[in-house]
Amino acid sequence: MLIRPCPDLRENDVTDHALYVDRRRFLAGAAAVGTVLGAGRGLRAATSDDTPTPFEAVTTYNNYYEFGTAKEDPAVTAPGRLKTAPWSVAVDGECAKPGTIGLEDLIKPHKVEDRIYRLRCVEGWSMVIPWRGVQLSEVLKRFEPTSKAKYVEFTTLADREQMPGLRVPVLDWPYVEGLRLDEAVNPLTLLATGLYGKDLLPQNGAPLRLVVPWKYGFKSIKSIVRIRFTESQPLNSWQKYNRREYGFYSNVNPDVDHPRWSQANERRIGEFRRRPTLMFNGYGDQVAAMYAGMDLKANF
Amino acid sequence: MRWLKPAVFALSLLPLVWLGWQAAFGSLGVNPVETLNRTLGDWALRFLLLALAVTPVRQWTHWAPLARLRRMMGLFAFFYVCLHLASYVGVDLFFDWAALWKDVVKRTYITLGMGCFVLLLPLALTSTDGMIRRLGGRAWRKLHKLVFPAAILGVAHFWLMVKADIREPVVYALVLAVLLGWRMRTFVRAPQRA
Repeated sequence: MLIRPCPDLRENDVTDHALYVDRRRFLAGAAAVGTVLGAGRGLRAATSDDTPTPFEAVTTYNNYYEFGTAKEDPAVTAPGRLKTAPWSVAVDGECAKPGTIGLEDLIKPHKVEDRIYRLRCVEGWSMVIPWRGVQLSEVLKRFEPTSKAKYVEFTTLADREQMPGLRVPVLDWPYVEGLRLDEAVNPLTLLATGLYGKDLLPQNGAPLRLVVPWKYGFKSIKSIVRIRFTESQPLNSWQKYNRREYGFYSNVNPDVDHPRWSQANERRIGEFRRRPTLMFNGYGDQVAAMYAGMDLKANF
Repeated sequence: MRWLKPAVFALSLLPLVWLGWQAAFGSLGVNPVETLNRTLGDWALRFLLLALAVTPVRQWTHWAPLARLRRMMGLFAFFYVCLHLASYVGVDLFFDWAALWKDVVKRTYITLGMGCFVLLLPLALTSTDGMIRRLGGRAWRKLHKLVFPAAILGVAHFWLMVKADIREPVVYALVLAVLLGWRMRTFVRAPQRA
């Protein structure tokens, strides 16, 4: 059975080319209008509801702690340091066909798609990003997960030579994330290799990253080197760091606040006024059924 | 030393001028609201620590003219605190008073930051020569001891705001600890001299 995904953002939602080419002026204008005049209304009117965030912003405002904890760090330190080829991914755990597979062999058999998703960071900002990638469910199928496989664990590269951020023990490296198997094979879940029609840049998690649009951004793990099928729930890095503040599910939920800040609204990058955050980041139609009967306040 | 106060005054305005310049030319980065708010907060904290550093540095260097800068540094700290608060309420929250109240009550780091502002407010209001005279030196000095808890609240506000990488707030906390420690030292010594 193949369920076609119906992402609610399509190719024709991509930024108008003229606006895209003019993005520096757009950003400059946005900043000037927003901070000097405080006149957000005009700006709001100028951007349609889910206009993709300018390429410049997507590739210079990143959380990738392996390359530094400031948003501007990864775009400066990752290019030239992160060696993305050759790249291979080790697949193991509860599956019939484990093995280490080269990036190209991992992706080649599958249909590469462009999908535009909203990205909501746990910190309270958001973007709209035109990703390129393959549906994770198709990839996972090939390794024939066994009946014991209940979860999928992903691991980011952790190489001190390439990643200066590893010298700082902010998180317990390597970065680990996990999904329940049904979340992993949900048609929305994407294994991304590019954005804006180009290969991923190092700061965006090249050459291979996860995109789980209904969860906070930190679930969408970058630069994946290992995929493991497990029977028990993986302990993801942020939960390990502080289990009171970060859970396993981390579904975007305006009703469940981070202990230290509200999740009710968000600042869309490029916009001045905050906008309300949507349940499951607006993907409830495609994902809410997976959590039927679950207490989302307890399972945050 | 007639140049000292005007020179320091001009220098102290530079962060604001620089921010205004960046805002005008759209170079506040991808998230200008965040950059504006954080930068103003950084400078508020820096000036607060500078104000607290004036006396120890004066005693240490025996350079008396420094004493004349203490009030200015304190008022610049309050000035940047006000701008930081204004950018949070006016730009970040866009005057959503309900959201502000919820933040103040629910979010510890906002409660602490607000506490810092509330403690600094009477100090700024009583900073004039006239107010010092009216209050009398003793009462005035007692009241202005509030700067110490205010600084602790300010650093704690920053510390609790940070997501994971606490290196920066730790630096502020260490500087504050040294400045407070210096005073503890003279405070402990004083009775022996008496």
